[in-house]
Amino acid sequence: MASILTNLFDGVAYGMLLFVLACGLAVTLGLMNFVNLAHGAFAMAGGYICAVLVNNSGWPFFAALPLAFVGSAVIGIALERTLYRHLYSRSHLDQVLFSIGLVFMSVAAVDYIMGSSRVFIKLPAALEGQIDLFGVGIGRYRLMIVVICGLLTLALQLILAKTRFGSRLRAAVDDPRAAIGLGINVPQVFAFTFAFGCGLAGLGGALSAEILGLDPYFPLKFMIYFLIVVTVGGSSSITGPFLASLLLGIADVAGKYYVPKVGPFVIYTVMIVILLWRPNGLFGRTAAR
Amino acid sequence: MTALSDVSTHAMAIARWRISEVAFWVLALACAFLFPSRYLIMTDIVRLGLFALSLDLILGYAGIVSLGHAAFFGVGAYSAGLLALHGIINEPVIALVAAGLVAAVLGFLTSFLVIRGVDLTRLMVTLGIALLLEALAERFSDITGGTDGLQGIEMQPILGLFAFDMFGRTGLFYSLVVLFILFLLARRVVHSPFGLSLRAIKNNPLRAAAIGVPVNRRLIAIYTLAAFYAGIAGALFTQTTALASLDVFSFERSADLMLVLVIGGTGYLYGGLIGAVVFKMLQELFQSITPQYWLFWIGLVLVVIVMVGRARIHRFVLFVPNLIIRQLAGRKAAVAVPESDAS
Repeated sequence: MASILTNLFDGVAYGMLLFVLACGLAVTLGLMNFVNLAHGAFAMAGGYICAVLVNNSGWPFFAALPLAFVGSAVIGIALERTLYRHLYSRSHLDQVLFSIGLVFMSVAAVDYIMGSSRVFIKLPAALEGQIDLFGVGIGRYRLMIVVICGLLTLALQLILAKTRFGSRLRAAVDDPRAAIGLGINVPQVFAFTFAFGCGLAGLGGALSAEILGLDPYFPLKFMIYFLIVVTVGGSSSITGPFLASLLLGIADVAGKYYVPKVGPFVIYTVMIVILLWRPNGLFGRTAAR
Repeated sequence: MTALSDVSTHAMAIARWRISEVAFWVLALACAFLFPSRYLIMTDIVRLGLFALSLDLILGYAGIVSLGHAAFFGVGAYSAGLLALHGIINEPVIALVAAGLVAAVLGFLTSFLVIRGVDLTRLMVTLGIALLLEALAERFSDITGGTDGLQGIEMQPILGLFAFDMFGRTGLFYSLVVLFILFLLARRVVHSPFGLSLRAIKNNPLRAAAIGVPVNRRLIAIYTLAAFYAGIAGALFTQTTALASLDVFSFERSADLMLVLVIGGTGYLYGGLIGAVVFKMLQELFQSITPQYWLFWIGLVLVVIVMVGRARIHRFVLFVPNLIIRQLAGRKAAVAVPESDAS
């Protein structure tokens, strides 16, 4: 019983991590209908920024996390302004090719600069080990992830629902043309959201180094997971991807624990079945416009 | 009826063999004789060309974007490997066709998943199928050999006459003949009324359906055919290298294939073949400069191609060949223009 709860908790932590990693992609796909396979590259950037700061420069872990966010966001906005923005009106094929090219470049560049082996981030002692909660073993690190990601999700939900920027963004996702007609600067909204999404991915990358593993092939290995979150969750709200990532996280952890041999098999099958059943995602209506 | 006869005359005029096409194949055969020390890389190119031809059938003619075409390549490769390893079918040509048919069956079954939905769903489903097969191949390692791959494959002589030699000479000519036969078939298919209806579907599925083209059936047919081609390419891989490992299913293989086709251009069949030559040369070049990090340059090529624009690159690439054709055959000679660039 306790092991089931522990697994469930691990799954939730994993799912929340996936959500932080992938929610930027939901905006890219939903708002601009842009197939960005290179989203994982921004996550990897954040992870490596954090690793370098903590391991080489001796920064404390919690001070490096915001910098991972900022670093990835800066890289994101630079690429958005120089490259991405020319491709919004192109065909999906062009977008796919472009982002695959970016992934390949990022993989080789990180391999060149940082080496090909897996990188570990030195964690503060407070985050190591487990705490015992009503007989259920809970990893401290995972508890921290759940707390941070939970707060982030709440904040995102509040921003989307309550602020002026949030309503602009929702308007732009629902109908970009009408939004432009109402005087909303959609490209600017998008650039800002893109950078924010990249930043979140970077933060997620830094947090995930301990759990998912950080090496130059990170963007390729987890590309399919991000895409699953977005396509299954849809992108009309933040709840869809959130529930989809929780489902995916719990299913993946449970699959790896209870049926280790067929774990990945189950996930891909479920994804294909869901996409056939609801091509626009379980909770979405505009994901695959 | 005049409109109909106009269409058929036009279609037949397009389907006629051009001088440039004959020249292409003569050149290909000449290369096989001229560079005896480069058999292996040339076999590689031929194989990749066939694989790219297969993707061109669905991408260039039917407009289906696939990120998991390696699935069929892998199935073909493992089928051919298992057939040879267990001595079920010893004769390579029959084994080749059998492997292609296995891939075609898979293509037929998965086509129902792929024709549903829009681009993004297709991308995800094709990618998912390839990953699924890779996971399966890893799971059933007692059959596939797992990460070690199939080992100890011994190929019997082709048709009982031509034994595979260690220099890859037989392998090259074998691959070249297979490519040529399959190319002729593909050429016949795309210039047939069937091929024309595919183009109609690619340009506008709704309109194609409105003029009476059975859209889904056509897409299923071409997807199955493309799977057959990819399976043959995979089987050729196993037969000429005596090797089949998990990386036949890898995402990189599907992505590289896209690059090959993008370099050459889609929708005129030669794109895959030209792209394969250019891609392998680029790969050799990059690997000789930076053996470990050539992936970076491949990625850069992709980004640059997309940023500059595919149509513009093709006009540039085809500039010299077209210039020669014009010089030789006069100003009005038909020049090679990729189909996708016309629109």
